[in-house]
Amino acid sequence: MTSHLLFLMLFAFFVSLVFAVLLRDDPGAQLRTGALMFVGFVGSALLLGWLMYPLPL
Amino acid sequence: MILRNMATKSTTAERARATAEPGTLVLLCLAAWAVPGAGHLWLGRRQKGLVFLLAIPAMFAVGLLLDGRIFPFNLSEPLVALAAVADVGVGAGWVLARMRDAGAGAVTSVTFEYGNIFLIVAGLLNFLVILDAFDIGMGRK
Repeated sequence: MTSHLLFLMLFAFFVSLVFAVLLRDDPGAQLRTGALMFVGFVGSALLLGWLMYPLPL
Repeated sequence: MILRNMATKSTTAERARATAEPGTLVLLCLAAWAVPGAGHLWLGRRQKGLVFLLAIPAMFAVGLLLDGRIFPFNLSEPLVALAAVADVGVGAGWVLARMRDAGAGAVTSVTFEYGNIFLIVAGLLNFLVILDAFDIGMGRK
């Protein structure tokens, strides 16, 4: 299985999880921070992907 | 006793802080390196410790499953040496993988680069976790 999106989301999940738990003490704040980071990671990757789409390789 | 209370006047709150002895701090950091999250568990931060204990080794295992490479200490190639340092950060997982000859990496695999990133970032995240445990042990957090 070589879904690039799956690997991207898996990576974003792990990194968001660890950073959220590191940065916040309250479980609610951890959940909010983690969700925000996850959406930020995945969203920015998709956005950058589309912005680079017209570039020749 | 692992921690002793020490009153400080430097903070605005002038609250008592818990600080660990220097020798204990070294052991704490070694434990936190060897087993991700062990430092937090030692200091009673059970929720954080368990999350690190599960997430970081899982990330390292995913990296190995994706045919990532555990880089050798090759000082003639600085980027490879830096990646090797990052890989070491994951602790016991790195030792076990080296003992079992895992992490040889398959350059021809389509997931090779993904695997490398998972392995490197798992190690780097554990370095941050060790620093966080150190800060807690010092009474800064």
